Amino acid sequence: MQFMLLFSRQGKLRLQKWYEAHPDKLKKKITRELISTILARKPKMSSFLEWRDLKIVYKRYASLYFCCAIEQQDNELLTLEVIHRYVELLDKYFGSVCELDIIFNFEKAYFMLDELMVGGEVCETSKKNVLKAIAAQDLLQEDEIVEMALRDMGLI
Amino acid sequence: MSSIKQVINDAVEKVRQPNPIRLRDLIRQIRSAKTAAEERAVVNRECAYIRLTFREEDSVWRCRNVAKLLYIHMLGYPAHFGQMECLKLIASPRFTDKRIGYLGAMLLLDERQDVHLLITNSLKNDLNSSTQFVQGLALCTLGAIASPEMSRDLAGEVERLLKSSNAYIRKKAAVCALRIILKVPELMEMFLPATRSLLSEKNHGVLITGVTLITEMCLQSPDMLAHFKKIVPNLVRILKNLIMAGYSPEHDVQGVSDPFLQVKILKLLRILGCGDSDASETMNDILAQVATNTESSKNVGNAILYETVLSIMDIKSESGLRVLAINILGRFLLNADKNIRYVALNTLLRVVHADNSAVQRHRSTILECLKDADISIRKRAMELCFALINGNNIRTMMKELLTFLENAEPEFKATCSSKCVLAAEKYSPNVRWHIDTLLKVVEAAGNHVPDDVVSSTIQLISETRAEQAYAVGELWRHLSVAQLEFQPMIQVSTWCIGEFGDLLLNGQADVTVEETQIIEIYQKILWSSQCSITTKEYALTSLMKLSARLNQEVGSIQQVVSAFGSHLNIELQQRGIEYSQLFTRHNHMRGPLLERMPPFEGVRGSGTEGEKGGVAITNGLDNSPDNQSLLNDLSSPNNNNNINSTHENNESNALLLLLGGIEPGEGDTVQASTSPATSTTNTTPAPRSTVNADILDLLGLEPGPTAPSSTTTTSTSPAQLSHTNNSSSPALLLDGLLNNTPSTTTTTTTGIAPLSTPTANSTTLPTNNFIIPQSLSQPSVPGIVAYDKNGMKLDMTFEVHDSVTTINMLATNTSLAQVTDFLFQAAVPKSLQLQMMTPSSTSMAPSATLTQVIKVNNPSKVPLRMRMRLSWQANGSVVQDQGEISHFPPALWQ
Repeated sequence: MQFMLLFSRQGKLRLQKWYEAHPDKLKKKITRELISTILARKPKMSSFLEWRDLKIVYKRYASLYFCCAIEQQDNELLTLEVIHRYVELLDKYFGSVCELDIIFNFEKAYFMLDELMVGGEVCETSKKNVLKAIAAQDLLQEDEIVEMALRDMGLI
Repeated sequence: MSSIKQVINDAVEKVRQPNPIRLRDLIRQIRSAKTAAEERAVVNRECAYIRLTFREEDSVWRCRNVAKLLYIHMLGYPAHFGQMECLKLIASPRFTDKRIGYLGAMLLLDERQDVHLLITNSLKNDLNSSTQFVQGLALCTLGAIASPEMSRDLAGEVERLLKSSNAYIRKKAAVCALRIILKVPELMEMFLPATRSLLSEKNHGVLITGVTLITEMCLQSPDMLAHFKKIVPNLVRILKNLIMAGYSPEHDVQGVSDPFLQVKILKLLRILGCGDSDASETMNDILAQVATNTESSKNVGNAILYETVLSIMDIKSESGLRVLAINILGRFLLNADKNIRYVALNTLLRVVHADNSAVQRHRSTILECLKDADISIRKRAMELCFALINGNNIRTMMKELLTFLENAEPEFKATCSSKCVLAAEKYSPNVRWHIDTLLKVVEAAGNHVPDDVVSSTIQLISETRAEQAYAVGELWRHLSVAQLEFQPMIQVSTWCIGEFGDLLLNGQADVTVEETQIIEIYQKILWSSQCSITTKEYALTSLMKLSARLNQEVGSIQQVVSAFGSHLNIELQQRGIEYSQLFTRHNHMRGPLLERMPPFEGVRGSGTEGEKGGVAITNGLDNSPDNQSLLNDLSSPNNNNNINSTHENNESNALLLLLGGIEPGEGDTVQASTSPATSTTNTTPAPRSTVNADILDLLGLEPGPTAPSSTTTTSTSPAQLSHTNNSSSPALLLDGLLNNTPSTTTTTTTGIAPLSTPTANSTTLPTNNFIIPQSLSQPSVPGIVAYDKNGMKLDMTFEVHDSVTTINMLATNTSLAQVTDFLFQAAVPKSLQLQMMTPSSTSMAPSATLTQVIKVNNPSKVPLRMRMRLSWQANGSVVQDQGEISHFPPALWQ
């Protein structure tokens, strides 16, 4: 996978993950171009489009579009499953996730994606393992907060 | 009182100051902004504040401020000033800081940034951390943004982690290893030992990343591919366990066991089995099992089936299995899910050339897809239909395609009609059917008919003498009821009626037509506001031709024609004046001038190498190839296009004739070239000098618009001159009378110039001047620079013959070192065939060159792409590189 974009029906970018190095300007151009192309597509069209030398796979969940750019030899049907898996994970984590969750906790959404995929490749196929890893890391952060508070109060 | 309040407020502010607003509150503020300007103001204020804290080296709130900056970055505002802060966060001992720091690094840095030197050190530290999640963060970042330098520096750490006992670390390290070998292929060897254990793993995360890593290694190096052939049985076993094992909640997706892993394994099997009968043999059974046992009611099952089909078609599988695979695709076509239908058509399009007969079985389903609601599915179905047409099914297929064409979106009509013409050309059962089909195509495509379809229809009618009466009758029937809305049909009709109008009148055409009816229709066309100028040009010339075919109505023709002498359009005005001269001063030669044109069949026969190829060219699909080959001929006389040299010579003569006119100094060329042109066609040759002088006249190089006595000789031959050019160059012929393309406008005007008024003369001037350089400067197919790195430059130039593209590669050693053992390898997509000739040499002195010829056969005209691998020795070390060339000029396959 070359990149993944999440954007709203209004065309606002909600998440961007790039696995190929591009200058910022190009990233913005690609994002703009894809958002307008996809938003202009009609519901009865397929979820795939050929774009430059890449295949774009997108799917809409409620008000949010999930869009992935994959290479020619990649499986677009499976990419839909990857997107779905990501949505399921977010859903489990936030508890029936909505766009606002992702806006206000965008960093968590990134952390989740990084546990599912590294460098554009799926690295964990078990939902349970992903959620476990995220929970453990969240706990690590909480411990640090408690520790800091205690230190501030001079208790340790 | 108020001052006390002020003091208190200030005090409160001061206490508050250290706490910057929280991320959540910033997001809320930004979201509540009502206008873009308001949002910008909020963001600018916050950015200024964040910059300030960065400058003050505030480490307590750094994490929060970077997080806010990342949000601002996502909104599209510049955030590069946060890069260094991310690095500081990464260096912090706190996990919270690291988590945000690495996130920021992935978002704000990419492999181009200089700060990479700094991050490499932090990564190295964290890869050696004792906390698995810190290691995980570092691996994840490395996997996303590793540059070649980072890859070299950290490959050792990654290799060590690949052997870690912790699966969480091992899976991430495997992806990093993948990234590293993508960036620096020569590091591949060092990961080879560690891959051994990856496949004997229970953890699916490690398995899937391991398989991905091995896949990439096999793709990159033939040695690795050979090495990993032995793991085929292991892969088969893993796959078998997956599909045989019962329900496992952890990896289940709607009843399918770990589809992600299954697909990766199927893909690796495909690469290992490609072109290897032993390996293919080993995987035949499991592929058949997956193909038959996978539940196909949901997308996830179909994703696996799709991957299985690809593998079956790519390896040397049994024929029964291949049929099974194509049947799966056939079933996909009936699926309610549009995505699956799309994938099926795409895949069928890829395999149709290998297994045409198996795909034929699903023809009716494919034809159904022409009516699909989804435009991209219809487009694929159309392409597939054209790939399926053969001599046996042409009648039914064409019927469906014509229905499709009629209702198709405008953007399809042009390509679809061109392809219909090609298919009819290739497989038509008889001439009558062929003519009928072309007429239906022209009718169905309305105004979206490309010019080449119009000209091939005309050409076909012109060359089949036996069917001319039938065709002209049919066309008259169309024209007599036409709404004048669709130009191409009127153009074809008027051309044919102009040529063969007498057949219409003497009863051969199976219709009864009165001369007055014809005149009436022509008047309707010529004065209609719906008809384009081009159509009127057709009609006017056609009407002129009719003046030699009709008996009673010649007077009214003269009236109509002379009325055009004052038409607003210059072209029509000029024609009007010229033609009315033929009624008066030169009436005695009107008859012979307006003789029926000789049929074009000679052209079709000797056009280009063999059979029907020539027609494909005159159809003009490859934007006026006649013109191109001509120019080729001019620019490189020693070109090896000897096949049709005589034919092309004549063409170049025609052009040279025009050129001669521009450059009076090149009188020699003109004389040399005019003589063969005129002598081959046996028309009354005008004295060469006169021709030359006329052209000079025309171009205004010499004053004297009034014709001297000698011009009468030339002026009698407006048509003859165009005949001269015409019979020597077929494309010009068509256009010559019809005035379709600029170059022929010039040709005709050349002959007629002395006749026309000085005004007309001077107005046509700029057009002439404009046209000639333009058509000259048009390159055949532009060359490309395929590669220019590491002191090596590869230039490619192209020659296209039918479906075969000949690539002339010129390698230049731009370095200062002697290059030896130069090796260029290439691969093209499956539907293409590649033939590499031996290079002229394998070594090059500095700035020396070598050449190599590559031939690509592209029968299905798919966009050409090429993966290449280069290696050579310079300064005692081997240079290797690879890449993909995807910027071939589209003219190569269009």
